[in-house]
Formats: sequence, structure tokens, C-alpha cells
Amino acid sequence: MEKLLRFLGSWAISTLKKMGHMTIFFANAIYFVFAPPFKFNLLLRQIRFFGNKSMLVILLTGSFTGMVLALQLYYILRKFGSEALLGPGIALSLIRELGPVLTALMVTGRAGSALTAEIGMMRISEQIDALTAMALNPMRYLIVPNIVAAVIVFPLLTAMFDTIGIYGGYMVGVKLLGISSGTYFSLMEDYVEMKDVIVGLYKSLSFGILVSLVCSYKGFYTGYGAEGVSKSTTEAVVMSSILILVWDYFLGSVLL
Amino acid sequence: MIEFIDLHKSFDSQRVLNGINLTIADKEIITIMGKSGGGKSVLIKHIIGLLKPDKGSVLIDGVDITKLPPRELDKIREKLGVLFQGGALFDSMNVFGNIAFPLMEKTKLNKSEIEERVMQALEDVGLKGMEKKYPAELSGGMRKRVALARALITEPNIVLFDEPTTGLDPIITSSMHRLISATHEKYGYTGVIISHEVPRIFEVTDRVAMLHNGVIVEVGTPEEIKNSTDAAVRQFITGGIGGPIEALNMTQ
Repeated sequence: MEKLLRFLGSWAISTLKKMGHMTIFFANAIYFVFAPPFKFNLLLRQIRFFGNKSMLVILLTGSFTGMVLALQLYYILRKFGSEALLGPGIALSLIRELGPVLTALMVTGRAGSALTAEIGMMRISEQIDALTAMALNPMRYLIVPNIVAAVIVFPLLTAMFDTIGIYGGYMVGVKLLGISSGTYFSLMEDYVEMKDVIVGLYKSLSFGILVSLVCSYKGFYTGYGAEGVSKSTTEAVVMSSILILVWDYFLGSVLL
Repeated sequence: MIEFIDLHKSFDSQRVLNGINLTIADKEIITIMGKSGGGKSVLIKHIIGLLKPDKGSVLIDGVDITKLPPRELDKIREKLGVLFQGGALFDSMNVFGNIAFPLMEKTKLNKSEIEERVMQALEDVGLKGMEKKYPAELSGGMRKRVALARALITEPNIVLFDEPTTGLDPIITSSMHRLISATHEKYGYTGVIISHEVPRIFEVTDRVAMLHNGVIVEVGTPEEIKNSTDAAVRQFITGGIGGPIEALNMTQ
């Protein structure tokens, strides 16, 4: 019994320590986002890093998600005789939910993991210590550009995902299953409101902050050697993915 | 002047520094030697403020840097140049970018002044014409020379060398030592070298300090260290297996 209590106690203390450490890192990072001088060159580099690395994946997953959605929704809607609602169904699912979530998951796998590995390699090769030794704040040079870049890039990639997804659904629904093109788009205009777009935007913005913070943190405090970097990269992807889904539920219930 | 006063540092249950007391005079070069994993790099990281001691102080020009807030500590760091063990060059920048980086970020020099300073630094370390190469394209010795050029580009008062010749062949090691002497003569900095290159490092250094079991067991000129009667110093210089410095147990 005493052993169990000891184990639980030390687990609770170490978890609290980790959470505190992470919170201090996040607070510091957010503070430096608003503290000049701003490093615009590094920001442009990171926008390219996130955008360029994820564009092809987003185009592919977006189009296939739209196509699968069309198939499944058509099957369900036909049971109720409401095939005409396929267009708005696809658009609402993508804009409110699947677009932001799947984009965030894809960017985490593609660019987030690379970001953790890059910062982690900088840590183990003492490049971060070199920055500190030069009296330059690593937060400003390594972390802030990623957060700002993610806030800019995530909504843009999400918009791209949504658009490609809607056209993927169009290809299947209109060209394959025979729904009229006019019905597909005109009902979409009727049912999709600005509020839905805003919900998607809020989600993608918050996912951008979340993913960039988690991936940067895991890289910044990586373990020793190549094994440490590899472990941090895996942890960053797993933790970001879980947090995306949990935060999505929370936001979904608040913004419904 | 750098002073360590009763410096203690442990990592978990492992005691690394156990009461370091050492004074390093202005413009001298001091070499800290001791067995691998004995805390030499930990000691140097206290000068940069990368580590905080559990107990004791580190004074730079009379200021205890262990108690300084981050902004004040950065002012002290501006006096430092550091050559890290692996060079710590930024992978994403070429040689020019690496050396120019501290000037671009910390000074108001214009582009042509920066270019002039970087080219001079490259010439000083014998790497003229290599400015467009990336760190991955350089040999170990070249990387260390670029790192030295970067450490000296802001003309710091104190330069820290963390194993500047580890992994280099004897010829490159000698030329690296000559480079340290030449740059010291030119810039007149206070140099702290961590090195295992005994006895060759004795040609470069003014004094040598021996770190053993977390304390400085002897400090003196190279001649005094060569004639030392301390068992740990003698064992380290001769490379003997029997003595107070624990040798690698080959049966483990």
C-alpha cells in the first residue's frame, strides 16, 4: 500500500513539474510573440517551411476526404430521399470539422515532426547554447517565428483543404453519382453561413498555436543524442494529435 | 577577471563540482584539464550562465553572474566568445553567414563593414575562399576554425574554448594551438581552454588547473604542473592507469 502511494505521489509530482515547465515555456513563447524586435526573415522562412512541406499532402488528403464524404453521405441521404443535400452536407462537414482537424493532423505529421527534429538537432549540437552564449534569445529566433508562421499558414492550408475537398465531392457526387451541378452548389450557398466559416477559422488558428508550441517545446527540451531526438519527435506528433482532437471537441461544444 | 568561489553543482545524485575555487586573471590563458566527464564543460557553462550552481558564485569583473536577471546576464555574455566542442555552427547558414551572424544581430555595422570583418577573420583562421561552404561540407578542423572565427568576430574580452582540438589530427591540433596563440596576441583576450592535449597545450597556456573529483587540486604554470608531485596530476600527465584517477574497467 505504501509502495503504491509512493508511486502515485512521485508520478503526480513529476507530472505537475512537467506541466509547470511546459506552461512556463508556452507563456514565455507567447510573450516574445508580442515583444519586438521581430525577425521577419525567419518568419518568411518558417511560412515556407510549413506551407511548402504540407501543400501536396493537403491537396491529396483534401481531395480524397471530399470524395469519400460524397460517397458515404450520398449513401445515407438516399435512404431519406435527400440526395440534393449532398453539397451542403460535404461543405459543412469540411468547413466546420474535417478541414481544420485533418489539416492540423497532416501538418503535424509532415512539418511538425520535422520542426521538432530540427530544433532537437540544434539542441544536441549545442547550436541553441551558441545562440544563448551570443546573448541572443533562442525563443525569439527559434520558437516565435514558428508560432506566427503556424497562425498564418494553418488557416490558409485549411481553406485549401476545404476547397479541394468540396471539388473532390463534386467529382464523385456530380460526375459519378449523377447529382446536378446546380443543386450541389446552390444549396451549399443556402446552408453554409459565415458563422460556419468562422468556427473553422477559430479551430485552425488554435490548432496552429497548439501544434507549433508542442512541436517546438519537444524539440527545445529534447533528450540526449539521436535517440532523444527521435523520441521527442514521436512524442510531439502523438501529443499534438491527441490535443488537436481533445481541443476540437472542446471548441466544437463551445462554438456549436 | 573570472572568479569561481566555492562552486557546487550536482545532477540528480551525481556530484560534479564539489567546491571549485579558482581565479583567472585578465588577459591570461588558462587550461583546465581533468578526466573526461569530470565536470570541465559544466564549469565553463557556469561562465556563460547556461547552468546555475547549487551553491557558490561565479564572478566576472567583480559581478556575481549567478544572481543576475536575464537582461543583465546578456550584457555579460556580450563580453564572451565561445568555441563549443562540436563547433555549434548553424547548419542552415554558410560559413559567411555563421561568422557574420553575431555582427548582424548585435552591432550596427553596415553590410560592407561586416563583409570586411568576416573576410579578415577568415584570413586569420586560414579559411579564405571558404565563405560560401556550408558546415556539412567542411572537415572537423575547418569547422572548429570557423567556430573560432565566429567566437572572435565581436572581439570579446573573454574566450572560452571547449576542447578545441578533440578529434583532430596532431598537425591540425598544432596549427589550432598556434591559431589560439596568434589570436590571443592580436586581440589580448582572457582565454579559458578545456583540453586533454597534454603536454602540447602547455606551449599555448600561461597556467594550468587540474580538476579532479569536483575540485581544483593544483594550479600553476606549465613548468610547475610538469614538476607537480600531486598523484592525480602526475597520473594525468603520464597517462598511467594506476593512480587516483579511476581508469576504465575493461572487464565491465
